[in-house]
Order: sequence, then structure tokens, then C-alpha cells
Amino acid sequence: MTGPGDRSGRTEASEGATAPSGGFRKGAFGVTGSGDTSGFGGLVRVEPGGAVALHSTERPYGGYFDEVTDALVDAVGEQTYAAAVQRVLVDRGEITYFVVREHLLTLVRALRDDEALRFELCSSLSGVDYLDSGGPAAAPGRPRLHVVYHLTSMTYRRRIRLEVAVTAEDPHVPSVVGVYPTADWHERETYDMFGVVFDGHPSLTRILMPDDWDGFPQRKDYPLGGVPVEYHDATIPPPDTRRSYR
Amino acid sequence: MTTTSYDPADPYAGSRETTEGRIYTVTGNDWDTTLGADVTGEERLVVNMGPQHPSTHGVLRLVLDLEGETVTKARVVIGYLHTGIEKNTEYRTWTQGTTFVTRMDYLSPLYNEAAYCLAVEKLLGIQAPQRAQTIRVLVMELNRIASHLVALATFGMEMGALTGMTNGFREREMVLDLLEEITGLRMNHAYIRPGGLAQDLPEGAEGSIREWLRIMPARVADFHRLLTGQPIWQRRLKDVGYLDLTGCVAMGVTGPVLRATGLPWDLRKVEPYLGYETYDFEVPTADTCDAWGRYLVRMAEVNESLRIIEQALDRLEPGPVMVEDKKIAWPAQLSLGSDGMGNSLDHVRHIMGQSMEALIHHFKLVTEGFRVPAGQVYVPIESPRGELGYHVVSDGGTRPWRVHVREPSFVNLQATAAMSEGGMLADVIAAIASLDPVMGGCDR
Repeated sequence: MTGPGDRSGRTEASEGATAPSGGFRKGAFGVTGSGDTSGFGGLVRVEPGGAVALHSTERPYGGYFDEVTDALVDAVGEQTYAAAVQRVLVDRGEITYFVVREHLLTLVRALRDDEALRFELCSSLSGVDYLDSGGPAAAPGRPRLHVVYHLTSMTYRRRIRLEVAVTAEDPHVPSVVGVYPTADWHERETYDMFGVVFDGHPSLTRILMPDDWDGFPQRKDYPLGGVPVEYHDATIPPPDTRRSYR
Repeated sequence: MTTTSYDPADPYAGSRETTEGRIYTVTGNDWDTTLGADVTGEERLVVNMGPQHPSTHGVLRLVLDLEGETVTKARVVIGYLHTGIEKNTEYRTWTQGTTFVTRMDYLSPLYNEAAYCLAVEKLLGIQAPQRAQTIRVLVMELNRIASHLVALATFGMEMGALTGMTNGFREREMVLDLLEEITGLRMNHAYIRPGGLAQDLPEGAEGSIREWLRIMPARVADFHRLLTGQPIWQRRLKDVGYLDLTGCVAMGVTGPVLRATGLPWDLRKVEPYLGYETYDFEVPTADTCDAWGRYLVRMAEVNESLRIIEQALDRLEPGPVMVEDKKIAWPAQLSLGSDGMGNSLDHVRHIMGQSMEALIHHFKLVTEGFRVPAGQVYVPIESPRGELGYHVVSDGGTRPWRVHVREPSFVNLQATAAMSEGGMLADVIAAIASLDPVMGGCDR
């Protein structure tokens, strides 16, 4: 079995290609030290980084989003809501509540049980590793691991998204299995792939990868294996260090 | 799952250090020591079923605790078909992503493509042309019938009704022939692309589909004659694998299993996409909450899909099948040559002989692809197995930052324990078959 320890494809020269860019991208292909004479190597671009757009949408949010937010404030109380929801983002017709983990369980319980909310179904739960994207605000220790909850209200036919961000050093998030039993395997997968530890999960073990696997494969800094070619010691480099457009 | 507690004192599983590392010698006969924890003294038997078992729908592994023939505990082990498709998409362009996601749920590839492309289009803020949308509906419903036919065929095989299997696969073959005529491939089509379709319907496809539409209703009726009225079939399915509405919603189970509890929850109706609200079709339900109800719902859905296909054919208007924006539309200028599908001669003549800019543009579009504005979307569609959701994140680059798939097989399989504990061993097979999981989708 080829584990993450097998990194024969990683060469010294390509090591710098994926170094944290600190909000800026240099070059067009992600290659350094290649003696590039095209001029593209000197290209400097500000990273788009909008994936973790740090702005917040102002009310009114539009559509049913205001009703849901009002009902949520009523259900948990203004004080808890203000403490629990850091910011709200409405984008492309979808609403995202950025939640602090301490209040996650209070919120999902209210979202599921309150008559005006009734988000009975947890459609999806997964992780996203934002690493250092997010523009110049990127800093070490920033909460790069995001856990994303997609909740569906079958009663009102509504969908919302919750997002909890934690750091890789302290990747603990309370488990929502007690509220949504369907989150069981989702949380195991998110643990398996991103190393997010869901406190209170009945049996947080790996689910897709083998039990004795090292590392968390879908983290952005997980080393990818190259393909050794048995000819003149050549190697096909790992995909994240190949020349590619960025 | 592996047990790794080796007792060095155990004469049956000794180990020794060598220059190559530690070598374990496993000689067996250690059943009593490994299962010595059974304090009840009951006749408890742990049976491992799969991952290579003809009745587990691919590489699904079940660990069943049995008391006699009664299942007291059912544990499901998955991951044997994990291929890292989600991670792979992060290293390919947005257009190439289609060729990856189509390989997940191999019985409903077109649903994966459609949901992925709808997500990318939502991020881009574009909509495929009308003709492309209608053809998407058409091929998806063809795919739904093919998928349900496999569900019924394997269901039959696992219940011992082998003719159901042969008939189901025979009928599915006809659908695959149609899909091959339309897309060029029987499965893993990569036919639906961000912005539209890889190519238009070929000449003659409409006639073939209409011809098939004439044959198919009789074949569905044959299925009913073969299985539905059969007493053995009924007794194997009725009251087996019970899961009511509360259980379904708690476990996140959607699709025919949810509709067999009486709730007409079908995303084509409740959150229409691709113009499904303009098609005339019913959402079949059953109120039995068991494998029998799920069988009937799937059979009825085949008929509804036939209705949708007919309506889609009737409303096909000539027009483009790819967005006009040349910065996104790829592949566009294709045509069928003597050696297969490729760029049309006109297009090759244009980029090679007339316009340097067109050549650069073509090269950049194929190698670099297009950029998608940063943001995230979640797009759910109704696949044959339930809610298939794509959570796609872009950081503004030419490749997805993250693609997560909410796979109905993955979610539905969680209900296995709830459906089969306390029942008979043989009913576990019926319960799983009625869930219709596809491990390629489940493990991704």
C-alpha cells in the first residue's frame, strides 16, 4: 500500500512552489527555480481569496432568510444569537451563518425543534480546508478548517448553511449526532479526511480510509505521492507540485 | 476494520523481530481468545459478510451478530471503493471535473454530471440554453430508468428470482444502447459539461428513443406480471426492512425509501431545477415503509420517467446546446468525423489558418480552462437514490477548491442497522437491496 510516507515524487526544486503565498501569487504556473525566461515567473497577482470572504451581509437578507433569522433569534434569544453567529453571508441565493463552536449545539437544537424553523433534515456535513487562502488577512493559527452543515427544512422547503471554523492545532467541534443521527457517518468522514475531532461522537473512527492510515488526505497540505518511472530515475511529480495554471 | 491486539504470549499469533521488521505468525485457532469477551454465554455468532459477496451490492461489508437466525447487531463497513475523486477534482480544471464525478455512482453517472455542472453554473451565474436543459432532463430520466432496472434486477437476484435479474439487465441494455447512441458511451459519459452539453443529440436518436418508448411500457408490465403478483416475492418483501418517516428523516434517508413512507418528497417537485416544474408527472408513494413499498415506488417511477421522456422529446426545439460565452464554452465546435468525435474541420481551419488569436484562445481554454468567481454553493438534485447534493467551493481559480458530494448511497446505508436489527438474517439482504446502494458512489 502506498501511504503518505511514500513521497518519492517530491523534489527539492518544486518544494517552494506551494509555499504559503501570504495573499499574493507569484508566477503563472507555480514553478520556481526553473530558469524561466518567459517573464511569467515574475508575475505578481493579489489572490482572489473570496472563498472566505470576510465581509458580512447587511439586513435585509431577502427571501425567506430574514424570516429564518428572526425565528432563530426568537428561539435562542438575542444575546445567544449575537454570541453564536459571528457573521452572515448571503451569496448566490444561499445563506451562510458563521457559528462559533461553543454555541453550535444550542443553534442546531433550536433549528431542528423550533416550530418556526423546523430544519428536520441535515442534508450534508463536510469539511473544507481553506489553508491560507483568504487574502492578506491570512495568518498562522487562523481557523483554516471549516465544517459546513447544510440543513433542510422539509416543512417550509428552505435550506440554510452553517459554518464552523477551527484551527488545525485545536480541531475540536461538538458533534451534532445527538440532534441529527444522520451526521454520524458524515462526521466520521470529515474526521477521516480533515482531522476535525467531533467531541461527543459515539465512535469517531476512520470510515473511508484504512484504520491505520496516517494523515488526513483532504487537507490542502497533505503530501501527495508522485509516480516513479523506472527509466533514468525519472519521476512524475505529485499533482500539487506540477506546472499548472493557478 | 482490523484487530491489532497481538498478545506476544499467544502461541497461535506469535511475532519475532527480523531485519525486515516485525513478522507475525498467525496460525488460527484463536477464535476463543479473540471472541472470549462473549460473557452472555448465548449462542452468539459473529458473521462477516462481504466485502466480496454477491448479495451486498458491490464491496459492502457487514458484520452481523446473530442469535440463531436473528440479527442482534448489524455493523456496516465501507470504504473499499474509495478512490479519492473529491480530492482529484481539485487538481483538474472545472470542465475536467465532469469526467471524474461521472465515475462515482456508476449506475447514475448523468446525475453526477448534471448536479456538478449545475453547481459550477450557479457559481458562474450562467444557465445552459433551453435545448441543453431539455436534453439533460431527457438523458437523466433515461438514466433513472436504467438505474431502477438494475435496482430491480439485483433485487430479484438477491431474493432468488433470477429471471427478474436477467429481464432487468436485458431492459437496461436497451437504455444503455440509447445512451450510447446519444453520448457515445454506455456509462461514464462526461456528456453534460459546465455551460451545456458536450454535443447535440445525434441524428436519429429521437427516432430510436420513440421506438423504445413504444416497447418499454409492455416490458414494465411484464415485470409486474413476473414479480408483483408472485406470493414468494411478496412474502420476502412485505414488512421487511421497516423504516418509518421519523426514522428516514433522522437517518437522512431520501429517495424511493423516503417516498415509501408516504411523504411525496421529490426534489424535482419541491425544489424544481432544469424546468422540471413544467413537466407533467406524479410522485409515486407507498405507505408501507417496507421493502415492498420501495419496490412498488421504483416500478411506478419508471413509468413516470417514461412520461417525462416523451414530454421532453415533444418540446425539443432546435438551438444551441452550449452557452454562447466563448470563454466558457468548451468543448463546443465539435463534429463527427470518420475517426470519431473531434474538433470540427471548420474550427481547425479557422484556428490553424486564419486567426492566431483564435488559436491562442483555444489553447488557453483547453489547457488553462476558465476561472470561476470565488464562493460556495450547494446544489441538490433528485437522483434515483435520493438527494444528490454537490457542495462546490471556488477560490476564484481555474480549478475547484473543494468538491464535496452528498451521496445518497452513503447516507442511506446508515439506516441498515435500524432496518435489519431484530429481523432475520435473510431479511438483511432484502433490506439492503431495497436501499439500492451503489458503492462507487458511497465511497467515492
